[in-house]
Amino acid sequence: MATSQAVVRPANRFFRRVREGNEIAYTITVICAASILLVTVLLVFQLWNNSGIARHKFGWSFIGSQTWDPVNEDFGALPLAFGTLVSSALALLIAVPSGLMAAIFLAELAPPKASDVLTFLIELLAAVPSVIYGLLGIFLLVPILKDHVVPVLKSTLGWLPIFSGPFYGYSMLAAGLVLAIMIIPFIVSVSREVLLAVPVEQREAALGLGATRWEATWQIVIPYASRGIYGSIFLALARALGETMAVTMVIGNNPKIAMSLLAPGYSIAAVIANEFSEASSAMHAASLTELGLVLFAITVIINGAARLMMLTTAEHAK
Amino acid sequence: MTNTLSFRRRAVNNVMLSLTAVFTVLVVGSLFVILGYLAYNGWHFLNWDFFTKLPTPVGEPGGGMANAIVGSAKMLLVATMIGVPFGFLGGVYLSEFGGEHGLFPFLVRYTTDLLNGVPSIVIGIFAWTVLVRPRHHYSAWAGGIALGIMMVPIALRSTEEFLQGVPNSMREGAMALGASKAWTIFTVVIPAAMKGIISGMMLDLARVAGETAPLLFTALSSRYWSKGWDEPTASLPVMIFNYAVSPYDDWHQQAWAAGFVLLALVLLVNIIARGVLSRATYK
Repeated sequence: MATSQAVVRPANRFFRRVREGNEIAYTITVICAASILLVTVLLVFQLWNNSGIARHKFGWSFIGSQTWDPVNEDFGALPLAFGTLVSSALALLIAVPSGLMAAIFLAELAPPKASDVLTFLIELLAAVPSVIYGLLGIFLLVPILKDHVVPVLKSTLGWLPIFSGPFYGYSMLAAGLVLAIMIIPFIVSVSREVLLAVPVEQREAALGLGATRWEATWQIVIPYASRGIYGSIFLALARALGETMAVTMVIGNNPKIAMSLLAPGYSIAAVIANEFSEASSAMHAASLTELGLVLFAITVIINGAARLMMLTTAEHAK
Repeated sequence: MTNTLSFRRRAVNNVMLSLTAVFTVLVVGSLFVILGYLAYNGWHFLNWDFFTKLPTPVGEPGGGMANAIVGSAKMLLVATMIGVPFGFLGGVYLSEFGGEHGLFPFLVRYTTDLLNGVPSIVIGIFAWTVLVRPRHHYSAWAGGIALGIMMVPIALRSTEEFLQGVPNSMREGAMALGASKAWTIFTVVIPAAMKGIISGMMLDLARVAGETAPLLFTALSSRYWSKGWDEPTASLPVMIFNYAVSPYDDWHQQAWAAGFVLLALVLLVNIIARGVLSRATYK
C-alpha cells in the first residue's frame, strides 16, 4: 500500500484531481459568475450601438428638445424626462413622510410580534406586480380622483397653477399617486431595518434626560439612522424612475410639458412601452433605445448613490 | 413628573405617535383594498372558460385566456432554465471560491447589483436588440430569456447570502474527514442551505411572473395558440395590460379575472416561500 501511494503515475493523479473536482467546480462556477459581467457589458454595448443613428442626428439637443413627434421623425426627450421626474418627485413627496411614519411605528412602538406580522403584509405589497397596480389605477384610483378628490382640490386650491386646467382622470397626479403606493413598501421595510439597528442606549439616554417618546425618536433615533433612511429613499426613487406599466396605464400618454398636475403627461418608460413594438422607422426605434440608455444611466447613478449611503451607514454602525 | 412636562410637548408626542399608527394602518390597509377589490371583481368574472378557451374576437362574449396561461408557463420555464443555474452557480462562486476581497468578486457583486437595479423595460430593449431584431420576429424564446436575465441577479445574491449563513465549522468538519473542497461544498454546505436557496428562487420566479414590460416587444402577444417556442406568444401580464387599456367592457372583465389569477398565484408563492424562510435553519 505504502509503495503504491508513493509512486502515483501522472494519469492517476489526473483522475484523482477530477474525482476531487475542485478545479471543475471552480471553473464552472467562475464561468457563471463571469456571465453576469458579460451580459451587463453586452447590454451597455447594445444600447449604445442601437441608439447610434439617433445620437448622431440629434446630439445633445435630444435631451433639451421639447418635441416628440414620431410622424415627422423629430425626437426630443425633455417632455418625457419631465414626466418621469415630476411623477417620481410627487411619489416621493407622498411616500417618504407616510412610509417613514409607518416605519417609526413598526420599529419603535409596535410590539415585536405585531410588527413582524405587519411588516410581512407590507412586504407582500412589494410583491404585487406593477400591471396589477395599473389595473387598479385605471378602474379604482382614477374614478375616485375624478368624482371625489379633484372637485374638492379645485374648489379649495384651484388657484394654484399646479391644480389648474381641466381634469380628465389620466394625469400626472394619478401617476404620482400610483407610484407612491408602489414605493411605500420599500421605504417602510428598509427604514424599519435601519431604525431597529439603532442601539437601544440612544433611546434610553434621551428618555432618561426627560425627552418624550416622540422627541427621542425624532431628535435622536432618526438623525442617527438618517443615512440609511436616505439610502432607502434613493432606492425607492430608482424604482419610481424606472417603473413602467403602472405609469403607462394612468399618466395619460401626452408628450407635453404642463404646469398642472391635473394635465396628462408622459414618461420615458411609458413612451418606450407604448411605441417600441410599433416603431415606425429605424430612427424612431433608435430614439427609443436612446431613451432606454438615458433611463439606464439615471438609475445606475441613483442606485449607486443609494448603495454608497447604505455602505457608509454600515461602517458608521461599527 | 409628567405634570412638569409642558402641555405642548405632551400634545405633540401624542399626536405624532398616533399619526405613526394611522399611517401604518393606511399602508397595511392598502394591501387589503387591493386584494379585496381584485377578488371582488375578478371572482365575479372568473369561470371555467377562462382557463380552457381562447380569447374571442371583439364584441363576442365569453372566451378565456388559456393561451396566455400556457404562454406564461412556457416563458417562465425558459426563464428558470437560465436564471436558476447561472444565479445558483454564480452564488456558489461568490460564497465559496471568490472570498470577500479581490477585484473579480467585487466586479461580479457590483454588476449584479447594477443589473438588479436596471428597469425591466431596459432589459426588454436589450433582449429586442439581441434576440428579436436580428431574427425579424417575436418569440417565446426572446420573452423567456429576457425574464431569465432578470432572474439571475436576485438568484445569485440570495444563493450567496444563504451559503454565507452556513457556519464555517461544518466546512471544516467535512474537510477534516478528508473531503475535497468541491465535495464539501456540494454534499455538506449546499444541502444545509437548500431550504433558503429554493425559497429565494421561488420568490425570484414570482417576481418575474408578474413582469410585463420586458415581454411587450420580445414575446409580444397573440390571440391564438402559439406553436412551439418561436412565435409571438401571449402571457397573462401582457394580456392584462392590453385588455385593461382597451375600450371594451367585456375585455375589462377578462382583465379583472386575469389580474385576480396572477395576483393569487404570486401572493401564494410569496407566502409559502416566506413561511419556509422564517423556519429555515440557515437563512
